[in-house]
Amino acid sequence: MEELSVGAQRILERADFPRLLKALQSAGYRVVGPTVRDGAIVYGEVRAEQDLPIGWTDRQDAGKYRLERRTDQALFGYNVGPHSWKKFLFPSRERLWTATRTGTSFTVTPEKDDGPPMAFLGVRACELAGMDVSDRVFDGVVRDPGYHARRSRALRIAVQCGQAGGTCFCVSMRTGPGVRTGHDIALTEILTPRHYFLVDVGSPAGAAVLAHVPLKPAAKEDSEMAHSIVAQTAASMGRTLDTSGIHDLLLTQPEHPRWEVVARRCLSCTNCTMVCPTCFCSSTDEVPDLQGETVERWRHWDSCFNLEFTALHANSVRKSPLSRYRQWLTHKLASWQDQFGTSGCIGCGRCITWCPVGIDLTEEVAALRTAPTKAAAGGGAR
Amino acid sequence: MASETHSATSAGSATESPFTPEPYVVERRVVETADTVTMVLKPAGGRGVPAFLPGQFNMVYRFGVGEVPISISGDPNRPDELVHTVRSAGKISDALTKTLPGETLGVRGPYGVGWPLQRAEHQDVVIVAGGLGLPPLRPLLYELLAHRDRYERVEIIYGARSPKDLVHYEDVQKWRTRGDLRLQVTVDAAGREWYGDVGLVTARIPDARFDPPRTVAFLCGPEIMMRLTAQALSTLGVPEASIWLSMERNMKCAVGLCGHCQWGPAFVCRDGPVFRYADVKRMFSVREL
Repeated sequence: MEELSVGAQRILERADFPRLLKALQSAGYRVVGPTVRDGAIVYGEVRAEQDLPIGWTDRQDAGKYRLERRTDQALFGYNVGPHSWKKFLFPSRERLWTATRTGTSFTVTPEKDDGPPMAFLGVRACELAGMDVSDRVFDGVVRDPGYHARRSRALRIAVQCGQAGGTCFCVSMRTGPGVRTGHDIALTEILTPRHYFLVDVGSPAGAAVLAHVPLKPAAKEDSEMAHSIVAQTAASMGRTLDTSGIHDLLLTQPEHPRWEVVARRCLSCTNCTMVCPTCFCSSTDEVPDLQGETVERWRHWDSCFNLEFTALHANSVRKSPLSRYRQWLTHKLASWQDQFGTSGCIGCGRCITWCPVGIDLTEEVAALRTAPTKAAAGGGAR
Repeated sequence: MASETHSATSAGSATESPFTPEPYVVERRVVETADTVTMVLKPAGGRGVPAFLPGQFNMVYRFGVGEVPISISGDPNRPDELVHTVRSAGKISDALTKTLPGETLGVRGPYGVGWPLQRAEHQDVVIVAGGLGLPPLRPLLYELLAHRDRYERVEIIYGARSPKDLVHYEDVQKWRTRGDLRLQVTVDAAGREWYGDVGLVTARIPDARFDPPRTVAFLCGPEIMMRLTAQALSTLGVPEASIWLSMERNMKCAVGLCGHCQWGPAFVCRDGPVFRYADVKRMFSVREL
């Protein structure tokens, strides 16, 4: 088969899609991607195309998520579900090391991740941006060995969004819906007049896989079709978020009365942080065996909405839900920029969809802009 | 954070796990108060103790129980031993205080930025410690007294809840008898056995001798104490940029990955624990930040 160069475009016929899965599997990848489970599209093992959410879509709004049948047989005709790729790169539970007692001392053996490389199938543009955000957290000043081992070997097969979800605002966050960078392969699913995929070769690793997939030359019209699909998606975003001056807007108004209003609704349930692709907070557990001879150090997802998160001596620093919601939103949209040189928000809308009371951060930011301010420029002494 | 850092020492190389503790044997254990002990640790297996800066901390681990951040309280010029002063405040710190000589603890670090002592050269130095705020300041005092001629007047104000809660008492007695520094010790409450001052550390500031515009201050203690002390010093004319304080927050990883210690844009583990008052003054006044 022909040599593919990065930047090349080809056509993958719908009927040949299983060949892509096969090529990934043959190359040794563990393929994970969208699959229907428990009434939602979640990320899991994809062994065959039947595992994909063929003919399903999701309808989303604040506090609402429903699967619906599509009128066509699209493979990627949905937006994003409650899972993100974070669950593979930064698992919700992960062993960091094992320690064994040796006489009066102990020896510690760090965990080594030597699982097969993963192929992420169906990564949205906003999710590529999310991984970029996570890279700055876990693979920046300090390298998280587990994250690095998984991320550096993962292959990313992006799929451009053919529709916008009700809570999507990637256009506002400049993370989508078009796939621009970071992909190994990018697909655009074209449903009419016939069902096929436009394939963008994003990296040599992507090209290596595609070398084993039957592809056809792409015409200018195919490329234009993909462009117009993305443009249509961009024009139908469910939400918008005005990000101008957002850093100072949030950081200078810790006493804004709106925080009290949102805190009355917030349940501190942590859903927003669990579904967020970039939330990275964790805690550790010391898990000894019954004899007390071997101990495992486990890391698990934690949330700034948990009261114990800021436990200090007998107290917590952030006791009120107000302070915890303020921390989350201010961190995500403002102080994240100081810490990592980027916003922590990618505009995927998950936190809006999965909030049981439908708190919508785009609405909160808008209110922080317009509501009367009690203490305009931060501070407000105790 | 905008605060300038003082050569933060990163632990381990890029390929190593940043979460792995190294074994240290407890060599000596000094009971400071009813709930606080000082432990002198030596690395197991003949390794050296990593160099540290006054004000830095380690994650100290007890096998089967867990790890917590503890400031280093020993002499930075004694590279053969590592000293930690621990108060029993929770399950893990309680287990640490009960570790006996000969037993092994785990240590990883040192972490964070230290006290910028070089900024105090040719200046008056005011050190204010509240309760267990003294241990993180003790390495600074050792370093300062090892090069006493570099600094002008040195004033120490040390407050504790009661006479029984005073730590590092031997050092305190030694400092008291030195002619080249002044030490005021005050307690919140005391019985007849106490001949010293009673009241908050801020009440001792008027008796301290220093030239405010040419003074560098180092504060460590409960947040309320640091806030009131910084305000009092600032009112007297000590520049806000010359007041340094050490923050405490919940920490799980100490390397900026777990998120717990965030204070505004700062990760206390990495950007602190030592901060310049001028940089954090505004955050200091926000409740539950």
